[in-house]
Amino acid sequence: MANVFTRIGDWVNERTPGLMPMYRAHMTEYYAPKNFNLWYYFGSLAILVLVNQIVTGIFLTMNYNPSAAGAFDSVQYIMRDVEWGWLIRYMHSTGASLFFVVVFLHMFRGIMYGSYKKPRELVWLLGMLIFLVLMAEAFMGYVLPWGNMSFWGAKVIISLFGTIPFIGQTLVEWIMGDFLPADATLNRFFALHVIALPIVLLLLVVLHIAALHEVGSNNPDGVEIKKGPKGNRWDATKPSDGIPFHPYYTLKDLVGVGFFLLIAAFIIFFAPTFGGWFLEHDNSIMANNLVTPAEIKPVWYFTPFYAIVRMIPSFLGSAVWGVLAMFGAIAVLFLLPWFDRGKVKSIRYRGTGYKVGLAVFVLAFFGLGAVGAGITAEVIPEWFGNVDLTTWENLFGRVMTILYFGFFAFLWAYTHFGWEKTKPVPDRVTMHD
Amino acid sequence: MANEVVDHGRRRFLTTATAVVGGLGIVSAAVPFIKSWEPSARAKAAGAPVTQSLSKIEPGQQLIVGWRSLPVFIVNRTPTQLAALPGQNGRLVDPKSDGSSAEQQPKYAQNETRSIKPEWLVMVGICTHLGCVPGYVGEMKPEPFDPNWQGGYYCPCHHSRYDMAGRVYQGVPAPKNMQIPPYNFIDDTTIQIGVDPKGAA
Repeated sequence: MANVFTRIGDWVNERTPGLMPMYRAHMTEYYAPKNFNLWYYFGSLAILVLVNQIVTGIFLTMNYNPSAAGAFDSVQYIMRDVEWGWLIRYMHSTGASLFFVVVFLHMFRGIMYGSYKKPRELVWLLGMLIFLVLMAEAFMGYVLPWGNMSFWGAKVIISLFGTIPFIGQTLVEWIMGDFLPADATLNRFFALHVIALPIVLLLLVVLHIAALHEVGSNNPDGVEIKKGPKGNRWDATKPSDGIPFHPYYTLKDLVGVGFFLLIAAFIIFFAPTFGGWFLEHDNSIMANNLVTPAEIKPVWYFTPFYAIVRMIPSFLGSAVWGVLAMFGAIAVLFLLPWFDRGKVKSIRYRGTGYKVGLAVFVLAFFGLGAVGAGITAEVIPEWFGNVDLTTWENLFGRVMTILYFGFFAFLWAYTHFGWEKTKPVPDRVTMHD
Repeated sequence: MANEVVDHGRRRFLTTATAVVGGLGIVSAAVPFIKSWEPSARAKAAGAPVTQSLSKIEPGQQLIVGWRSLPVFIVNRTPTQLAALPGQNGRLVDPKSDGSSAEQQPKYAQNETRSIKPEWLVMVGICTHLGCVPGYVGEMKPEPFDPNWQGGYYCPCHHSRYDMAGRVYQGVPAPKNMQIPPYNFIDDTTIQIGVDPKGAA
């Protein structure tokens, strides 16, 4: 029998020259640093969630009706009448939120260990493009159930483009295909959400991984294992501090997958709306173009960016500044490899200023999130009594906005003028035997 | 044949010409796809004027009617609400609606109350920031967002505030006063939204 399989395998390989070499190059002979820690789970988990979104998404389209008249009812139909439909939808909606949890942690890992630095700038840029497409994908998916939050979320986000001088209003009508979010909008968002953006996303993921494997993975020490000593158990020419991705990291990632699925399953079964954080209560009301929900806020993963829009007042008769600042908040992340002029990658060997700066950045991100999610609007009156909420909330939010952007300005000055006092970086990863 | 000298100039010209013609073809082919996203003929057709009776709207009360799928606020403003309007001027972005908001109302409504008859406010209830529907907060009492509140509108989306004539306050994201649609009084208690008064431009 074995002989038959070998012969079939040989027959295929003779006709597909790239298959086995590709498998080896990216799996069994891709040497990753041996000192990966917990933070390195989130890349493979992102792929897991992506697969979950695609599979559950395909099954949702089988019962979903992309029309303003039918969308809301078809989602209720999936939840109540379709066999196991509730599970498939909750897997998809929970998956969306967990996708952002995983991606935010994955990005933070990259920042913390300097994985965006030379020679991995392109890996970072492709990753940022994935993040951008993911945000568009999440937004359009949020619109599809056509609840009242879907409608007003669509209205606000599309209107962001209306703040562009001169062409704004035309652009908004072009995106909506109507004068407000309507059937045409829902239909095109459905097409983009299930076909166009997933294709782009998959392509970008392939490029992201290909670019990573070309230069090799970074690690918690920020040491280039390719520049270290050569020769390991498997290959005399490969880095001594590297181990084959398969089976070592595939098995390690499997542990992460198990742990992640445990948490995901708990949320899906016991808290699928996550108290209004993953699925908002007002979205159980059908879209109504005459009434904006009183408590309107985006899903949690957009709250920091939404807060920036809210914190910036109009100026010279235009609302474009808040929108520019919001897109700027993402643009500065793209440019991170060029803001940071420092040569030392990992936070383990960087100066105190960097560590404080990064902590402040994280604080600003959460602070803006708290403003965007309405937490400050609840907490300020509770803690400080009868004060002018708008003034204090704006003050807090604006300070957080300045700190967010300040991190990048500080990082540039700190590294450009040589103020950073780094520790010596070891020659090899600290865990080698 | 094989040893002929390559004419690089000719080759470059042909390459450029092919690229230009091919590029024009791709751009032309993209036009129908881009145009297909514009509002369809059906969407454009749905925009007829709306007639509304005012007889049942009590002082201080707001009625919302749909016009071109937009919410139109009709408010019977009380004398107190009207009296508070001039006092707000110092806190507004464009109190006389002749600056950034010059295009936000027809000429016949470009006055202190932004209306044809002082008590009747007729306004497109769309925040000029990002298009939400601001909530009507008509009572003059201290609000969490403004301890000195004199009645007006509060947008739930990004917390923009407007006074009882839809004039935007300073320091909020919205840049302009809310829009006053074209409208006219058919008789004392009936208005028509979407049509200018006779004789007005």
